[in-house]
Amino acid sequence: MAGKPKLHYTRGRGKMESIRWLLAAAGVEFEEEFIEKKEDLEKLRNDGVLLFQQVPMVEMDGMKMVQTRAILSYIAAKYNLYGKDLKERAWIDMYVEGTTDLMGMIMYLPFQPADTKEKNLALIIERATTRYFPVYEKALKDHGHDYLVGNKLSWADIHLLEAILMAEECKPDILSAFPLLQAFKGRISNIPTIKKFLQPGSQRKPPADEKFIATVRKIFNI
Amino acid sequence: MAGKPKLHYFNGRGRMETTRWLLAAAGVEFEECFLESKDDMIKLLNNGVLLFQQVPMVEIDGMKMVQSRAICNYIAAKYNLYGKDLKQRALIDMYVEALMDLNELLMAHHLQPADKKEQHLATIVDKATNRYFPVYEKVLKDHGQDFLVGNQLSRADVQLLETLLMAEECKPDLLAKFPLLQSFKARTSNIPTIKKFLQPGSQRKPPLQEKDLPKVMKIFY
Repeated sequence: MAGKPKLHYTRGRGKMESIRWLLAAAGVEFEEEFIEKKEDLEKLRNDGVLLFQQVPMVEMDGMKMVQTRAILSYIAAKYNLYGKDLKERAWIDMYVEGTTDLMGMIMYLPFQPADTKEKNLALIIERATTRYFPVYEKALKDHGHDYLVGNKLSWADIHLLEAILMAEECKPDILSAFPLLQAFKGRISNIPTIKKFLQPGSQRKPPADEKFIATVRKIFNI
Repeated sequence: MAGKPKLHYFNGRGRMETTRWLLAAAGVEFEECFLESKDDMIKLLNNGVLLFQQVPMVEIDGMKMVQSRAICNYIAAKYNLYGKDLKQRALIDMYVEALMDLNELLMAHHLQPADKKEQHLATIVDKATNRYFPVYEKVLKDHGQDFLVGNQLSRADVQLLETLLMAEECKPDLLAKFPLLQSFKARTSNIPTIKKFLQPGSQRKPPLQEKDLPKVMKIFY
């Protein structure tokens, strides 16, 4: 029997957080090995376990998987969170790429020059409320189902919940114009595996603080 | 019967080129609708056909698909260029995601101002020859097969060829230390559908030059 997946990353959200969400939502227990300092990353590189010298890396099913999207796609497909056919998969991919773009903006915010922070935050809020959230609100409105695609929980729903919560950390009332997304958030948060992940003590990571950003800069030389 | 896929983008590589490669490799004829001005972009936006108000957009099988990865995933799966099972798909995805990273770097090269070009080229050479190419050279060496995954043509091969050619446009001898990549390049270029795509007059686009950048920027900003 294969062991639990093992995640290699820093002790923060970054590009690994969506993977943690997906595994948790699928009810899959996983272990984590944290890169605390530059030497830890060097060791992984010298051990030859990082295909392109980068993390995230997830040891799973006999593979040392790298590249966030490759890892996410594999997990989604394995645990039946990727729709039932090619067309559902296409919609899930489109939705997930949208939330990836939005979360990417939020993730990089702490790494932007300090004097651009206010402008970038304003752009995030504008994009969230005029480009991204309206799409998901409309999708839910048009079919009236509980889930984005195929009337069934998929990677798209889990990713959207993650994006919503991250956006609310930027602006707590960011969903004020989106009643269906508010209901969606309540509903998906209550799914037992997800509810568990949202409780204190889970493997969910907090937003990066100044101290953590400094550590990340040192580890990755950025 | 569904019509040919219709690609909406500007007349250049950008984020649509990989889609062109995949369709061509799969032997699928496609039409293109080029954005020439901001008005063209505004028209698409007003027609409500761009899910996230962005291009690329591809009309295919009754969908108006956006997001280049979603589009490429769909085409690859539809035309059997995505491996035969989950694990092959995982390998293909890993290879392809890294190639997209390298492509971004390569595409940015032609847009560098003259005083930054040399340093940018140094970065490309470093990443291509130390991080990316050795991986694909080793993959081919380890299994000794013609294709990267599953002994069968997949999107990983198509995208690797695309990237190798783009890399050589930046620096013609970039493959000097990678004999298996050189023979891969020759072999894969000779696949009939791909050979056709590589001929003059095909829908393959040339690299964007710095002088063309203002026109492209006007469309989007």
